[in-house]
Amino acid sequence: MTNQQVTRPNDAAAAAREEPALLPPVDVIEDSTGITLYADLPGVPKDRLSVRVEGETLQIDAELVLPVPEGMQASHAEVQRKRFRRAFTLSRELDPDKVSAEFSQGVLRLRIPKAEHAQPRRIEVQVA
Amino acid sequence: MYRSLFSRDLFAEMDRLQREMQQAFDTVSPSIRGFAQGYPALNVGSTPASVEIYAFAPGVDPAKVEVRLERGVLTIEGERASAVRAGDDKATAHINERFEGRFRRVVSLPDDVDPNAVNASYRDGVLHVSVKRRESAQPRRIEVQ
Repeated sequence: MTNQQVTRPNDAAAAAREEPALLPPVDVIEDSTGITLYADLPGVPKDRLSVRVEGETLQIDAELVLPVPEGMQASHAEVQRKRFRRAFTLSRELDPDKVSAEFSQGVLRLRIPKAEHAQPRRIEVQVA
Repeated sequence: MYRSLFSRDLFAEMDRLQREMQQAFDTVSPSIRGFAQGYPALNVGSTPASVEIYAFAPGVDPAKVEVRLERGVLTIEGERASAVRAGDDKATAHINERFEGRFRRVVSLPDDVDPNAVNASYRDGVLHVSVKRRESAQPRRIEVQ
């Protein structure tokens, strides 16, 4: 999946919000034209990932799906929740309409560009 | 008096206390840093026919992950590149929580696993290693003549 917004019906997401969830580790990197966010979401198929922007809030919701053989008994579990959730507040200079998302091998990469007026501009210095 | 101090009720009380503490740990968010136990996080389970190991290792190149089974010990080793350092010089890292660098995790397997029947696959950032148990160790129903 490349450069594609992933959304799911709101009611399903609202029901899922009640369930306890894991906080996925993230990296947030800012450069002159925008912000790049990486989130670790292992075991999440792309159709179980939801990335939403509501007002100034960016919400990541994901469901972990493991192919477990029938009758398996768990003996050691470090991952005990099957849901990931994390929210961020965007600042005003970011453009929520131009968020792009890529998801591959359990890593979500979000690119949130800065709005046109917030982009850096080079100002020529006039020599009198 | 001595006898009453070690009455059964006290043990029952201690048992209850221990269970309550365990529950408190279970219901409080399991880990605020996601995978604070190490990278990759591991889940292990077993069936009568196999042992299943799940390593939560998102964003690694499967060709660079080494899975070894030696004398009943399974080792998962590899490296994950940094997303933060790959950016240009003018970039600022505001949050840097994701694991980077070399990793190694070791799991001791039961005695009855078959070292020649190991299957490893990588999907959605999860490395799944399935090790079959030896035929002779599997439960068998014996007919009574």
